Amino acid sequence: MMTKRLKSLALMVAVAAAGFATVATEALAQSKEQFFPVLVYRTGAYAPNGTPWANGYVDYLKLVNAKGGMNGVKISYEECETGYATDRSVECYERLKGKGATLFQPLSTGATFALTEKAPGDKIPLITAGYGRSESQDGGIFKWNFPLLGTYWVAADVLLQHVAKKEGGWDKLKGKKVALVYHDSPYGKEPIPLLQERSKLHGFELQLLPVTAPGVEQKATWLQVRQSRPDYVFLWGWGVMNSTALKEAQATGYPRDKMYGVWWAGAEPDVKDVGDGAKGYSAVTIQHGAEPQAKVVQEVLAQVHGKGQGTGPKDEVGQVLYMRGMLSAMLGVEGVKRAQERFGKGKVMNGEQVRWGLENLALDQKKLDALGFAGVMRPVSTSCADHMGSSWARVHSWDGKKWNFVGDWYEADEQIIKPMVKSTAERYAAEKKLTRRTPEDCQS
Amino acid sequence: MLYRENGQFKVSYRADSAVFPIRQDRVAIALILLLAFVVVPGLASEYLFRAILIPFLILSLAALGLNVLVGYCGQISLGTGAFMAVGAYAAYNFQVRIEGMPLIASLLLGGLSATAVGVLFGIPSLRIKGLYLAVATLAAQFFCDWAFLRIAWFTNNSPSGNVSVSNLQVLGVAIETPVQKYLFCLSLVVVFAVLTKNLVRSAIGREWMAMRDMDVAAAVIGIRPVYAKLSAFAVSSFIVGVAGALWGFVHLGSWEPAAFSIDRSFQLLFMVIIGGLGSVMGAFFGAAFIIILPILLSQLPHWLGIPIATETSSHLEFMVFGALIVFFLIKEPHGLARLWSTAKEKLRLWPFPH
Repeated sequence: MMTKRLKSLALMVAVAAAGFATVATEALAQSKEQFFPVLVYRTGAYAPNGTPWANGYVDYLKLVNAKGGMNGVKISYEECETGYATDRSVECYERLKGKGATLFQPLSTGATFALTEKAPGDKIPLITAGYGRSESQDGGIFKWNFPLLGTYWVAADVLLQHVAKKEGGWDKLKGKKVALVYHDSPYGKEPIPLLQERSKLHGFELQLLPVTAPGVEQKATWLQVRQSRPDYVFLWGWGVMNSTALKEAQATGYPRDKMYGVWWAGAEPDVKDVGDGAKGYSAVTIQHGAEPQAKVVQEVLAQVHGKGQGTGPKDEVGQVLYMRGMLSAMLGVEGVKRAQERFGKGKVMNGEQVRWGLENLALDQKKLDALGFAGVMRPVSTSCADHMGSSWARVHSWDGKKWNFVGDWYEADEQIIKPMVKSTAERYAAEKKLTRRTPEDCQS
Repeated sequence: MLYRENGQFKVSYRADSAVFPIRQDRVAIALILLLAFVVVPGLASEYLFRAILIPFLILSLAALGLNVLVGYCGQISLGTGAFMAVGAYAAYNFQVRIEGMPLIASLLLGGLSATAVGVLFGIPSLRIKGLYLAVATLAAQFFCDWAFLRIAWFTNNSPSGNVSVSNLQVLGVAIETPVQKYLFCLSLVVVFAVLTKNLVRSAIGREWMAMRDMDVAAAVIGIRPVYAKLSAFAVSSFIVGVAGALWGFVHLGSWEPAAFSIDRSFQLLFMVIIGGLGSVMGAFFGAAFIIILPILLSQLPHWLGIPIATETSSHLEFMVFGALIVFFLIKEPHGLARLWSTAKEKLRLWPFPH
């Protein structure tokens, strides 16, 4: 009995010692590397969509390291599993923050809201590429948030533009009915203010149909669709909700070519299982779609997967969500590089310096070509006033086997979005008793 | 050996009815409080405060509240998350709509609002009990989820349904740094724990326990079921409501109804069951087990330097955690608190335990 206890005690001590040893070596290694925390969800209801994003994100960081790092600074990273739960995301944030985090990409609107409150105090920028709070485009108030490449207001606006173009002009939307089938969470509710604004402007009717998370229960929702027969259905779902919606549409007999998804509802995991049933379904994209031909994808295949260091299955490289992960990582890396241009090349940047880098991001076509993103995306340039950098988007459509682009590039209408961003951001500032940043603060 | 009690005589009724009649316990509690109030703030890291200690304290408080209802009064509730939500949203509304509202006042008013809702949903307990009551309180959960998602007034017309608070302060002292938040939560938890401990030892606590043990017999000896059951619902919801407000205000800072979903109700019920029904200490044990253990488990492979994929580590965490729950419930169905008191008994006159 006694020896058994002693043994277990010795084991515990050994375990603790090993733990301290790894912590110590990590602390040493940190000083020369730029640390990228990676919040992911590879488990839970949203895992099918969260996993490819995470694979793309990590693979891009590996690619940067394979190419020699950021001006010689190598990237270290650590994943933390959130399961898409806000409280676990906050725990992960706190855990990885202590390791000298460069920036965070929460990949969840709920977590973005929670971290928005914490980031200013910790001086760590948040990149929310294609999600997060729409009003955080206003850098004058949201100093640490970067909804790069587009917000849900951009997505909603572009979808309406596409629909209007299809109908033959904005005036043709009058009297039409648009139903929004949305994930009942801050994520799903984000586009509503813009859709309401546009519906007032153009006289179409907006029908709001919430779906409880995670979104597998949609029978009642589609019964409503069957009753009211909307002219268009906009789908604001994520994970299992998307494929469920497509199957329900099939069962209801609602034409899939009148269904339009947001960019989180337009990837392979959403339509693959539905197969032909999803034929004709379209979704707006954050600039990119599935890009197996892109140069950067070829580089990942050669330099990361080719050396047996790839994350996830090889045949998913270049798919929609994988590309989004890569794009998100690239934006973070370019933010660091831009900061290095001002604060010293070859140095490790802190959160405040990276924030400056992200605020002065200038990715022109030449740079994008050099990075291997030619044709994948358009140039991005941010400023103190505009933390989004670009509001271009495309629409792609599922042909039963793959996603194909339809139509041209669209740019979200600044006339509509700008005043909305401004008034919502001011309201936030008033609630929080914040003042708008001064021009001097913008220079810093 | 540790609990050698010879020489400790009780010579007054006061001494006999003390909360901690044994000197060793008093010393231990004093040491724990000293550790919590003085040593921990000096030593712990920010991560420990923000990710582990603060959530642990707040959910301990919620578990304490639920334990009053489930552990002491025997009324099973699955609506804890809802009562937390009521506390959080009510406190938010008091804070936002009334200029210059003190933080403590809005927390307590949040608790009182939760009391009102708790008593309302407690009324069915007069007719039904056991699993049937659990289902009735489930209605509270669904109703509150619906209300806070749909009624824009509760969220001050926030377009995304998400609310946030900031600039917390008590009597002019800002509650901003992790240490301040920790001490604020700790003080509230200590106050509520002492109040609860005394409440369950008082006449009303005995009424609750009589109700729990056999309601018909309790009614025969003159305990009014209406009063006993509804007061348990009121006290429980009040504590749970304050905990909910703290969860929103202090821990998250910004929240949506999903923060108080049915998962939270289950989590708290598991805390109470695993920690120990009908024990103040059990609430703390349960919260530690449910909150801290999974986090430790998820980091264990990393600490040991084992390279393991994120999803594998996450799955392992679930498996080990599940196995531990089963193990503890088989080993000690009365929870960790009972395990602890058995250990204490064993230490009384070691090596001659009784």
